[in-house]
Amino acid sequence: MPDEVRTMRGKWKSVLLWICISLVGAVSFAAVAIARGEAVNAVWLVAAAVCWYAAAYRFYARFIARKALALDDRRMTPSELHNDGKDFVPTHKGVLFGHHFAAIAGAGPLVGPILATQMGYLPGTLWIIVGAVFAGAVQDFVVLFASMRRDGKSLGEMIKDEMGRTAGLIAMIGIFGIMIILLAVLALIVVKALAGSPWGTFTIAATIPIALLMGIYMRYIRPGRVTEASVAGLMLLIAALVYGREIADNFLLAPLFTLSGTTIAYLLIGYAFAASVIPVWLLLAPRDYLSTFLKIGTIAALAVGILVVSPDLLMPGISTFANGTGPVFSGNIFPFLFITIACGSVSGFHALISSGTTPKMIERESHATPIGYGAMLTESFVALMALIAACILTPGVYFAINSPAAVIGTDVGQAAATISSWGYSVTPEQLTELSRDIGESSVLSRTGGAPTLAVGMAHVLSAAIGGKALMSFWYHFAILFEALFILTTVDAGTRVGRFMVQELLGTAAKRLGDTESFAGNAIGTAICVFAWGYFLVQGVIDPLGGVNSLWALFGIANQMLAGMALLFCTTILFKMGKKAYVWVTLLPAAWLLVVTMAAGFQKLFHAQPSIGFLAQARQYQAALDEGRIIGAAEDLGQMGQIVRSNYVNAAICGLFILAALTVLVSSARIWYGVLAGRTFELRESPGVRREPDPKGA
Amino acid sequence: MFGKIVGALKYRRQFLDLLAGVPHYETYVLHCRTRHPGEPILSRGEFVRQAQEARYNAKGGKVSRCC
Repeated sequence: MPDEVRTMRGKWKSVLLWICISLVGAVSFAAVAIARGEAVNAVWLVAAAVCWYAAAYRFYARFIARKALALDDRRMTPSELHNDGKDFVPTHKGVLFGHHFAAIAGAGPLVGPILATQMGYLPGTLWIIVGAVFAGAVQDFVVLFASMRRDGKSLGEMIKDEMGRTAGLIAMIGIFGIMIILLAVLALIVVKALAGSPWGTFTIAATIPIALLMGIYMRYIRPGRVTEASVAGLMLLIAALVYGREIADNFLLAPLFTLSGTTIAYLLIGYAFAASVIPVWLLLAPRDYLSTFLKIGTIAALAVGILVVSPDLLMPGISTFANGTGPVFSGNIFPFLFITIACGSVSGFHALISSGTTPKMIERESHATPIGYGAMLTESFVALMALIAACILTPGVYFAINSPAAVIGTDVGQAAATISSWGYSVTPEQLTELSRDIGESSVLSRTGGAPTLAVGMAHVLSAAIGGKALMSFWYHFAILFEALFILTTVDAGTRVGRFMVQELLGTAAKRLGDTESFAGNAIGTAICVFAWGYFLVQGVIDPLGGVNSLWALFGIANQMLAGMALLFCTTILFKMGKKAYVWVTLLPAAWLLVVTMAAGFQKLFHAQPSIGFLAQARQYQAALDEGRIIGAAEDLGQMGQIVRSNYVNAAICGLFILAALTVLVSSARIWYGVLAGRTFELRESPGVRREPDPKGA
Repeated sequence: MFGKIVGALKYRRQFLDLLAGVPHYETYVLHCRTRHPGEPILSRGEFVRQAQEARYNAKGGKVSRCC
């Protein structure tokens, strides 16, 4: 058969396949969007998303790879040029995909969509899919490409090289700021999930001795056997989880593990300090391995569970709170939906990962498409599953778990009455029964997203295995899974923050910058822990539950970082002479800047105290002047603290806005220069041609 | 199809190691033997220890995991 005929036949098959995929996608989307008044099955949502992803990957990602970036497989990658068997290693694309996905998947995509569910499932779903396809995956892909062409340099270094020292420095400060807020908000989520839960607290506490044992095993008994130690650790963890129930029922031990939010917050701060100061092999690294395997396993189990159980979505497509009056977080769909769901649609943090270890191991340039673009689509899918887990709960139950105590009170009768008055009927008995099923004393105001996800996952997993009898086990399994990898991020992040602080201190006093010296180490760690600990404690006493202010701040910071990364991508496209294709990164950058500027200004200046930091500061100051105590504050001291933290939040928010504007100005100057016909040097590493492969691959 | 699965299984250890963020020791040994014959090769324990240090030291703003 002549080649031409064969390719023609292949082409027809492909065209037919893609017509089918488009049809399935369109039908699923119609089923999701048109349904009014009756519950939609979650599988429609999954099908619609998968078809979108497939089409985007096949057409848009390929377009970017071929036209905008012009990936060239004859050009040698850093892994081949600098192969050292360790950091720079040519790695099979499937293996590297796993490495990259495990690094980008975190708690962010699980929390944001759950908070956004208060507006109904449709706005969140649309932003998760469209955001990932046109912004998130594009950012990850182009940054990975840029770093791959620059010997695996980090985002900060690349911005400095391509856009000047000022932009580079500002980006570095921005990265540190987002790190601090991120650590605080993640720790807050753990606090909210563990407060008053002896079973959960015991299991999480048990991870510390388990990690220590693993560390000693990998160091002295069987040096370097990571997988082996992790399997043993996971088994111990399950044992601790099972035994946790006994602890919760034991009248002597239960009070030991039943802690208030503030206590857990201080314990976490102390723990993170210790974990970041002691050698990494002992605690930090083994915990990281444990959480990675648990994370990937659970995500896979949830995906299978949703397909097998195929639950109905009980949340309406668009809820009555789409207008921004909801109890979970304040503010309208525009701009707040787009910063509440950050990771899962587009996450600036991914730009740091994409310019980390992955570009040093990529084998061929063309692999950047499945790894950069593909891994982000997978993460977007994880976000969608989290959204599904929240939407399969009765809406009344969802609001009972996610509304702060200041809104619904602390008594099931009062809470059920308040929520029912919003039009989402729920009975006190339903709430009591649910808390009994999951083995907790109460489900009211367990804000922060983690408990909601855990209840949703417990519904799915217990429907698949074990029924109601195992529901409390699955709930605590899900809490363990989230808390474990959040805490791993907190330890590892504290350590990263410590090195950043020491780098800055090193410019002032050489001794403090010495990362080997104990004093420098302890001081750097203390500064970093104090910074995020401040926001954490503030969040715990916050009148609206902390998540309301901190998650917004985190979302703004993360999306701004994404905006900066996309501005950088646009700049290199201009410098590469790809004027015709700059819209690929320029449009998402513009959208993110508009969203974050709008959200930032509203968080600063909005007249409503639940939205604007300054308005809330004024409200509390006015009450304080009259000697009144309002909101969740317990005494005048806390009133003053709330006023101060609102001013701090406002300052941080203003700083983020300034940082983003500065990077915008420095990139716009380069763009203007290119359009005016000046040439700018592109700081890529020189391209080296590979000898033609004898196999012709 | 079967051949493909067997081929994929070959990578399972490397896959698990890299999932956890640890470079693969066997790849390193192979690299040393072919590229730098005669030079000393790190033991597995030492290799993993160095890799752990490098992963969490965050030099130059390196971040190994995400939110």
